[in-house]
Amino acid sequence: MKLLHKDIEKDNAGQVTLVPDEAEDMWHTYNLLQVGDSLRASTIRKVQTESSTGSVGSSRVRTTLTLCVETIDFDSQACQLRVKGTNIQENQYVKMGAYHTIELELNRKFTLAKKVWDSVVLDRIEQACDPAQKADVAAVVMQEGLANIVLVTPAMTLLRAKVEVTIPRKRKGSCAQHEKALERFYEAVMQGILRHINFDVVKCVLVGSPGFVKDQFISHLFKEAVRQDNKVLLENRPKFMLVHSSSGHKYSLKEILSDPAVTSRLSDTKAAGEVKALEDFYKMLQHEPDRAFYGLAHVEKASDALAIDILLISDQLFRHQEVATRSRYVRLVDSVRDNGGTVRYLNQLSGVAAILRFPIAGLSEAEEEDSDSD
Amino acid sequence: MTMTSAPKRAERTAHAHLPRQHGGHRVTRVGPEPRGETDPDRNPPGGRERPRTRTCPGTGTSAATTTTKTLRTMTCTDSQWTMTIASLQLRLHSSSTRGRRRRWSRWRRRSSRSRTRPPPLLSSATLTRWTRDVCTPVWTRCGPCSGTRLPDSVLTQAAVRCDFDPQRALDAVLSGEDAPPPHAQEQPLPQRQQRGRVRESSQAQLETEVLPKVARMTVSGKKQTMGFEVPSNEENGVPSPSVRRAPSPDVVSVTMTPETPSKLLGGADEAPPPATPRPAGSNKNQLNVREELEKRQGGKPLLNLVVIGHVDAGKSTLMGHLLYLLGNVNKRMMHKYEQEAKKAGKASFAFAWVLDETGEERDRGVTMDVGMTKFETNSKVVTLMDAPGHKDFIPNMITGAAQADVAVLVVDASRGEFEAGFEAGGQTREHGLLVRSLGVTQLAVAVNKMDQVNWQQERFQEIVSKLGHFLKQAGFKDSDVSYVPTSGLSGENLTTRSSVPELTSWYKAPCLLEQIDSFRPPQRSLEQPFRLCVSDVFKDQGSGFCVTGKIEAGFIQTGDRVLAMPPNETCTVKGITLHDEPLDWAASGDHVTLSVTGMDIIKINVGCIFCDPKEPIKVCSRFRARILLFNIELPVTQGFPVLLHYQTVSEPATIRKLVSVLHKSSGEVLKKKPKCLTKGQNAVVEIQTQRPVALELYKDYKELGRFMLRYVGSTIAAGVVTEIKDFFLSPAPRLSRS
Repeated sequence: MKLLHKDIEKDNAGQVTLVPDEAEDMWHTYNLLQVGDSLRASTIRKVQTESSTGSVGSSRVRTTLTLCVETIDFDSQACQLRVKGTNIQENQYVKMGAYHTIELELNRKFTLAKKVWDSVVLDRIEQACDPAQKADVAAVVMQEGLANIVLVTPAMTLLRAKVEVTIPRKRKGSCAQHEKALERFYEAVMQGILRHINFDVVKCVLVGSPGFVKDQFISHLFKEAVRQDNKVLLENRPKFMLVHSSSGHKYSLKEILSDPAVTSRLSDTKAAGEVKALEDFYKMLQHEPDRAFYGLAHVEKASDALAIDILLISDQLFRHQEVATRSRYVRLVDSVRDNGGTVRYLNQLSGVAAILRFPIAGLSEAEEEDSDSD
Repeated sequence: MTMTSAPKRAERTAHAHLPRQHGGHRVTRVGPEPRGETDPDRNPPGGRERPRTRTCPGTGTSAATTTTKTLRTMTCTDSQWTMTIASLQLRLHSSSTRGRRRRWSRWRRRSSRSRTRPPPLLSSATLTRWTRDVCTPVWTRCGPCSGTRLPDSVLTQAAVRCDFDPQRALDAVLSGEDAPPPHAQEQPLPQRQQRGRVRESSQAQLETEVLPKVARMTVSGKKQTMGFEVPSNEENGVPSPSVRRAPSPDVVSVTMTPETPSKLLGGADEAPPPATPRPAGSNKNQLNVREELEKRQGGKPLLNLVVIGHVDAGKSTLMGHLLYLLGNVNKRMMHKYEQEAKKAGKASFAFAWVLDETGEERDRGVTMDVGMTKFETNSKVVTLMDAPGHKDFIPNMITGAAQADVAVLVVDASRGEFEAGFEAGGQTREHGLLVRSLGVTQLAVAVNKMDQVNWQQERFQEIVSKLGHFLKQAGFKDSDVSYVPTSGLSGENLTTRSSVPELTSWYKAPCLLEQIDSFRPPQRSLEQPFRLCVSDVFKDQGSGFCVTGKIEAGFIQTGDRVLAMPPNETCTVKGITLHDEPLDWAASGDHVTLSVTGMDIIKINVGCIFCDPKEPIKVCSRFRARILLFNIELPVTQGFPVLLHYQTVSEPATIRKLVSVLHKSSGEVLKKKPKCLTKGQNAVVEIQTQRPVALELYKDYKELGRFMLRYVGSTIAAGVVTEIKDFFLSPAPRLSRS
């Protein structure tokens, strides 16, 4: 993402102009947008014209519109962002107050104006525009009959393909079906890799599985690559890396990313950092439960006591469209920062968790009515 | 839809003359279908087409019926027959046969065009429906022991012969003069009867409410039997003959008042029980499933045995050798394995190759998936499951152990190896805890590789004392655990008591096979509705495909329709195989392969549950459970991601809510809404799965209410389902009309 222009007033109102240049920037933009903001971008509008004779014709025109955002829709798989809202700047094609949906496009600038630019949003812009944060990793998490092909980008993990093949068990006296189905499964995963992993961008492909599935798969993959003379695979052979995972479900990706062999080879992706932070938290909870808090109410209490050392917070919470709720989280983040704590983002543990500098005892018993968040 | 026309009908009548010969066993299909099979009106709402043979009590009349086109016409007590329905039916027939046929076929033609309901008189479709709707409750009320079925063809025949005098016709039918000769020995069908029994109890509660009119199947009707109050065993186990005694004719007229839809629904599907003349019908009948089950396999009860233990303890070798010694593996094969193993440079793996059949397993010398086979002891037929010991294959081991009744824990006696398997990183402990949590209570410990420590008694005692302590903690009773010194490789003390002097000097107790033989066979829940957990899906020759799994409750017959959950699809069971032998029926506890048709193989995954369409299993994605945490490192918090292992399913799940911490033994709430759960705690939590899973409450089905939670390759908790939170009442499966 490129920041072209930033104009923020003293009262935190203002606008920024950005150019997204990667699919992931759509994700960042998604996190920046809120209902009530105004967005100006170039878009295509179908315009109806009525000629003097009364015949109606329609044409598609490219025009720049400014919308007051009403709904935001993000397709995480295709990385597309659609923003719907009412027009607030009339032009020759579109009347004031008419509804329109802008689909943001790569490499076209847009301008976003907000009444309040808070620290979290500004942080996000900074993060999105940081060119250093790039490490594209693909991972294949698999077990017999199930494989997930994911793309791990600095900010997000994209599930690219899920391969599910029913594999008959070995039965007394007949393994042919089992082995045939296994072949078919490996073939499907191989096709998935070829289709979804762009080896020009991806620097490393992690293959993780329990048992020997990964070894078997890799040997099958390269045997097939040689047989089919698939240059792409053969050239990129060194990029493949085998790691142990306990299952083929997507959440096992976390195990792969925290494997020491992987962390030493990868630059810090967000996912890996998240794993580390979570681990710290759990360790603390285990050994000093009074220094590890989670749930908004408890964490806020701890924050009031200036006790928070590390705040773990889900960025989902900032997508909260209710201003009051959102500002509650922003306040929390700001107060932690102001008091010298660090803030990390992670998506677990009901959203907010904190590791404290000093233990606060008896807080968990104090109130029990509000930990109902799901 | 085809139209059945008059000629066909004539054929049917002719057909009734044919002698029916059906061997001693149940016959699948007798002759051509007498009627247009596609006529939807003829299918009762139960939608089952099940061939069956019946013996009428009192007379010994046998009536082989072809399909659902049977009319449940008569009910009987031991000596009395109630014939209201049949006579009614016969009265309907009392116009001239030809005119009737003409009118009937005209109606058929018309109705196939206009889809109007048939005129009430003389339409045999109406008759069927009427019989089904009205008589079924009667039959149900009368109790499963008392009904019988006659094909309407027989009735028609009788009617024609007796000039449509109902009384005479009935007499004729009952005295069996124009029925085929009675079968010498009909195989009674205990299963059906059991099913009726289950329903009966729920019906007993409804006895008082008489609904004003006959309703077609409704969902509410379904609810009555599928809800949370599954009739318990006690209710079913104790029959009350007075209630189910078939009523005398005047009672019938009372009971003919239509009853609740559930009964109609249920009744339509139920077949009357086998009714051979016997003094105390109902009690005798009830025993039949068990009797049959006991009779099968030469009276040997079935036992599901899982072999567990740390990797390389010698599980596969021990079992392979045992099978070889029992003669289940022929010499030629064994010789081949030996040669091949020698060639591959691992001669000691030869016996393991009996059970490790895939190339990958043999190459690596590690069992990866559960190997299944059977063998027989003096008093039992044992389904053997050889579980993998490797840490990564614990999910596979869980599927095996979930289907087991008893277990053999194999430990390596050699120095250092036992300790490696037993200490924190080893699987001996984890497996032990797993099988206990999955409901295995009897355990034989095979202290293996004793030849490597020269059969030292001290070593044996050391292992016994260490393990004994642990197993007691895990919840095994001392009396249910036995220890056997063995050697899998040399085959000592497996099938015969050892003659090695080092061992015999101090060990006098039974060998491994005798220990297995002495396991008590578990109780089979035959009374509950049918449940089968799919552990394997594969294509076989012929139409349809096969699924393998253990029947957890109830029983099944060929021709039954079953419902697969969560896909919510019904299919028909075409064949049942147990230990590679085809069967007509199978009951709870059997590890069977069903070949099914009428469903796409794509929709069925490992982990689906096949169940009775009338009483389907619950499907949910959120449930409340009581869990016992194992020795875990990380505390469990809200939002904790876990892998739920339930029967043969493994599904990612999240712990959504920590409800309370309970006292370990008394179960009282120690703390509500705890912040986190730590090791050894007993807690109530809410779990959300990624996709819906089919579950049962622990209180209803012990086996189906258990699950395990795993996290990053280790088992963190065992649990039982206590409450289902978002219970989707799945739409009623399509029954007959399709």
